Amino acid sequence: MSDKEKKQGTSISRRNFLKGVGTGTVAATVVPSVLIGSEEAAEAQAGDAISTATIQLNINEKMYEVEVEARTTLLTVLRDGTDTSGDNVDLTGAKLICDRGECGGCTVMVDGKSVYACMMLAIDAQGKKITTVEGLANGDDLHPVQEAFIQHDALMCGFCTPGFIVSSAALLNENKKPTLEEIKTGLSGNTCRCGTYPFIFDAVKTASRKM
Amino acid sequence: MEKFSYINATSLKQVTSLLSESGWGEIMLIAGGTDLLGEIKEYVESPKTLINLKTLPGMDGIEADASGLKIGALTTIDDIARHPTIQHHYTVLAQAAVSVATPQIRNVGTLGGNLCQRPRCWYYRDETINCLKKSGDICYAVDGLSKYHAILGGDPVYIVHPSDLAPALIALGASVKIVGPEGEKTMSLEEFFTLPADNPFRENVLEPNEIVVEVTIPQAKPNTKSFYLKAREKGAPDFALASVAGVFEMDGKTCKTASIVLGGVAPAPWRSREAEAALTGKMIDESVSMRAGADAVQDAQPLNDNAYKVTLTQNLISRAAMMAAS
Repeated sequence: MSDKEKKQGTSISRRNFLKGVGTGTVAATVVPSVLIGSEEAAEAQAGDAISTATIQLNINEKMYEVEVEARTTLLTVLRDGTDTSGDNVDLTGAKLICDRGECGGCTVMVDGKSVYACMMLAIDAQGKKITTVEGLANGDDLHPVQEAFIQHDALMCGFCTPGFIVSSAALLNENKKPTLEEIKTGLSGNTCRCGTYPFIFDAVKTASRKM
Repeated sequence: MEKFSYINATSLKQVTSLLSESGWGEIMLIAGGTDLLGEIKEYVESPKTLINLKTLPGMDGIEADASGLKIGALTTIDDIARHPTIQHHYTVLAQAAVSVATPQIRNVGTLGGNLCQRPRCWYYRDETINCLKKSGDICYAVDGLSKYHAILGGDPVYIVHPSDLAPALIALGASVKIVGPEGEKTMSLEEFFTLPADNPFRENVLEPNEIVVEVTIPQAKPNTKSFYLKAREKGAPDFALASVAGVFEMDGKTCKTASIVLGGVAPAPWRSREAEAALTGKMIDESVSMRAGADAVQDAQPLNDNAYKVTLTQNLISRAAMMAAS
């Protein structure tokens, strides 16, 4: 296992269900949505401790099945995960930058709301609709926010751009005509070290007029 | 992050029974995870097991009725910030909620997590430093870098409590419901928080096998004005350098009652009975409001780098009082 895999928990070397820690024999009121290896599925109950699991994620309206450790973040699955069919998930638009829920580079939408993918466990993303920057465009038709970013040249190095675009789209989902102050608040969880903020704010205004 | 296993909670009874099997740190609770995952990533905490509270039914939601408000511990901070009743009748809470962190954090962070979050002190958050908060001998802020540390109630640990919601809720007279193995109990939120002199390792009275499940707020009195003023180092999201939650029952410019609770200046949300006394029954003007601010910080003991917080706090209190009178 490489060091990177060790750190991020993308490689599964064992399946380890800690039995008897929970109250697996007590009537379960919540059925876990984790899909567990077939031979173990019958035994695993709500309340059991899960170390690894095979989970299904709805990302950009496509279902992926990935094996994860409990500690694996959603961001790790997006960038480094492998579907059980053998294909890499390979959605690298969300960036791994601060890895502490501060910079906004990893912003994705979960059920339409912006979240930091680096601070969400992958197992918590089951049953939710995940939208990454790759899922905003409709084929070759860019999302209005993406078009407006190009029109206003709202980037320099571009590394923070996917996060800003997802945050902008999430903002416009719930507020069709934001004021400048509302745009600033809506994008306050993203950081641009190049300082392109005025262009980004203009782009969001332009996008809001087109949506 | 170190490896951990994950248990989806099925009932409060199950959660408290699991928690009773260990002391602090081995089995931990996770809801939004925005504070806890940061601690695990920094190796400040290395729990063997996390219990996922989000699968517990009926613990998220806001109920408003004639008796006041009930907010489940799993309610997100964003839901609190957007709730129309909270915006109109408990303004201080809505303002505090929207001042928390960033949209991405507010969308997943919960009320319970906000109240139980751990300090942001840079010595505490450094895995290589065994400070007084982590069973060491020294609070390094005393002789070290103390720009963001406590000016009130610090001795012997000079962290500040990072919650914005807590000062607002205490100013509104909130109570907190706690469930443990022996059942549930309710206490005032003011008494929930503790100072380091009582216990340097924790910030509240929770036992290792207890969990916060709900906060209740009494009905707002008529003619009440309330504000949350938060001073930050930058315009973008940040923890409070100092904040003031003020709830004022007014009769014109005369203050009938005042609740003043400070954030960012003490290891617990800091109720200033001195400022409240200076305002109660008074016609509020510039000199009365400044007096209230000065009374609140008369016992402040700043460290090397944070004397600015004394003036800042005084002015925030004064400004809140002037807003109540205008």
